[in-house]
Amino acid sequence: MADRMAQRMGRPGRNTQNLLTRQPMTLPSFTLLAQSIVAGIFTGALYGLLGLGLSLSWGMLRQINLAHFALAFLGAYLTYQLASYGGVDPLLTLLMIVPVFFVLGVAMHWMLARFRATPFNSLLITFGLTIIIEAMLQWIWTADYRRLDSSYAEHKLRLGPLFLPLPELITLGLSVGISLVIWLALRRTDLGKAMRAAAEDAPIAAAFGINHQALALMLSGLSAALAGIAGVCIALGHTLAPSQIYSWIGVVFACVMLGGLGRPMGPLIAGCIIGVSEAVTMAVTAPSWAPLVSFSLLIAVLLARPGRA
Amino acid sequence: MTIDRRTFLAALSAAGAGALASGNALAQGKPSGEPIKVGGTLALTGPFAATGLVHKVTGEIYVENLNKRGGLLGRPVEWVLKDDQSKPDVARTLYEQLITSDKVDLLIGPYATGNILSAMGVAQRYGKTIVHHTFGIPKLAKYDQQFPAWHFGPNPERTTPATVFDMMAASANPPKTIAVVTSKFPSVHFVSLGARQVAKQRGLQEVLFLEWDFGNRDFGPIAGRIKEADPDFIWTGALGLEGNQLLDAMKKIDYQPRNHFYHFPAPGPMVKAPEANGALSVTIFESHPPFTDDPVAAEFVKEFRARATKANMPDTSVDTQAAASFSAWQIIEAAVTATKGLDDKAMAEWLRGNKVKTIQGVLRFNEAGNFGDDLNRVKQVQDGKWLTVWPKEWAAPGATLKTS
Repeated sequence: MADRMAQRMGRPGRNTQNLLTRQPMTLPSFTLLAQSIVAGIFTGALYGLLGLGLSLSWGMLRQINLAHFALAFLGAYLTYQLASYGGVDPLLTLLMIVPVFFVLGVAMHWMLARFRATPFNSLLITFGLTIIIEAMLQWIWTADYRRLDSSYAEHKLRLGPLFLPLPELITLGLSVGISLVIWLALRRTDLGKAMRAAAEDAPIAAAFGINHQALALMLSGLSAALAGIAGVCIALGHTLAPSQIYSWIGVVFACVMLGGLGRPMGPLIAGCIIGVSEAVTMAVTAPSWAPLVSFSLLIAVLLARPGRA
Repeated sequence: MTIDRRTFLAALSAAGAGALASGNALAQGKPSGEPIKVGGTLALTGPFAATGLVHKVTGEIYVENLNKRGGLLGRPVEWVLKDDQSKPDVARTLYEQLITSDKVDLLIGPYATGNILSAMGVAQRYGKTIVHHTFGIPKLAKYDQQFPAWHFGPNPERTTPATVFDMMAASANPPKTIAVVTSKFPSVHFVSLGARQVAKQRGLQEVLFLEWDFGNRDFGPIAGRIKEADPDFIWTGALGLEGNQLLDAMKKIDYQPRNHFYHFPAPGPMVKAPEANGALSVTIFESHPPFTDDPVAAEFVKEFRARATKANMPDTSVDTQAAASFSAWQIIEAAVTATKGLDDKAMAEWLRGNKVKTIQGVLRFNEAGNFGDDLNRVKQVQDGKWLTVWPKEWAAPGATLKTS
């Protein structure tokens, strides 16, 4: 089949047989391979954006914030609502969502700090919050699928044989830009250095006059704001349903673990590696193999570098 | 098993005459006495909740109208509804509760194959008859007192593709090549595998076969492979949103499939997507004539639209899910009316030997798994509407299959 298809497309083809799935393993054309890599990078950018806030709160605040995914979907639904019924440009909703989510993040950290939640307890508490937010989303928007109809979805750039959809380009731009800014801020600014010091050893940092509690509140606010930004990107390119909160957890956790906790560029790079590996797997062999590839990658990295997380 | 004409007509009068009357038009007096409790669960929360709401609204409409018409056996009907959270294990526990604690008289099934299987196991343990809404894998229906309301025959993996390929063969552009791409979700996967076999028997050349895990998020590479194979016809085993996701991915690479079929798409989102124009799927009911020539169906469509609008549901039309749900209630009413009692075994025996007229058509329960005829028809998205196009006697007025 692949030979015949390849001949039809004017290039040599070669078939092998995948014994487990009995689906032909096809050498993809350059266009298919390149488009799949591009799609993988776009997907990875969203993984990275979703993982960034999670990585920061886990690595620097020692909080495993499962509610991060629920907050992202809350942001997506708010974008849908404001854009669909309020006539607001989806990107302009960021002006409202970022500050509101910052406050939400601060409040969440205040609550967790108030009860001195350990990392494991923070996982349980934020799981509870996720359930509450999911129920709220379903109550307000029902469980039906919602899709944001925006002009962005109609635009795409063409680069030779490749297509670059605008919503995905926006997500990639935001993900790369924000990751870089946070990476630079943590390395080059006094505030960033103070945050890193507080994350490393809060009592010693306090001895040097760093208000680690205020910094923790700020960092938690930033993480929640990042969830809101990821939500805007989800709304731009995906159909929404409350239960979809959970479909992102596994792969984004893998990105965070692969990328290293508290490292701003880590989730983006890991997300792109996972996204591209999944996309290329789907282009070459059975798409159902894609999740195996990404999680095998995670296990291999953790075995090779056990101290990664 | 044979069914004589007299029995059939008795069933028709039991189900049809009772169900025909809506509102106060043919009110048979106010029901009195101890309510007859019909117990069931629905996925009111969790991933199946969108469809669960369709079944809830349908059940409320039916029970209200039933009570206005005099209830069952002159007694009012009370629907004891619980939320199974889209989880089979929760459904199992709740059906135990319904039987042992709530002591319901009759059972009506949940929605979704996994949850129905759980409920079926409990019903079997207590010898209860259960009528259920949309069960996707007939070969798993082993219990002889379970009755499916969604009729696509005992072998949908053969009959459903045959219906679709018959239609395409009779079209202006009969396909020569086919791509079968499918989710591995059980309800659609086995039918897609059947479609491969039927396509082969029909001489269609398979140029692509792909499977993905349910929950796949990235359809870009799958769309790319379809574009390269460029088949005349795509059979897509896509559950829920997957159909939209694939269409969206194909649009992003500027590929418009010529003829494309989706098994179990989310009908609301698909009909609203501009790129879905021409998409095909199967249905047992649509909100247009000749389905709505039946006054019971017409009244239900009207009432459902009003309630769905009030419930803020984005899709307010009646299609497969709502019609199967309505049919389940019609089956229960017919069995109780005909047997003049609430005996589970008597009802089951009567159902296996008789036919029931419902809004999706006349149902019989005398083949494997108590399934009967395959009542699937084919519908197509045309200018933002689902219109039935095959078989021709069920086509919407003026609608014809559009192929390219």
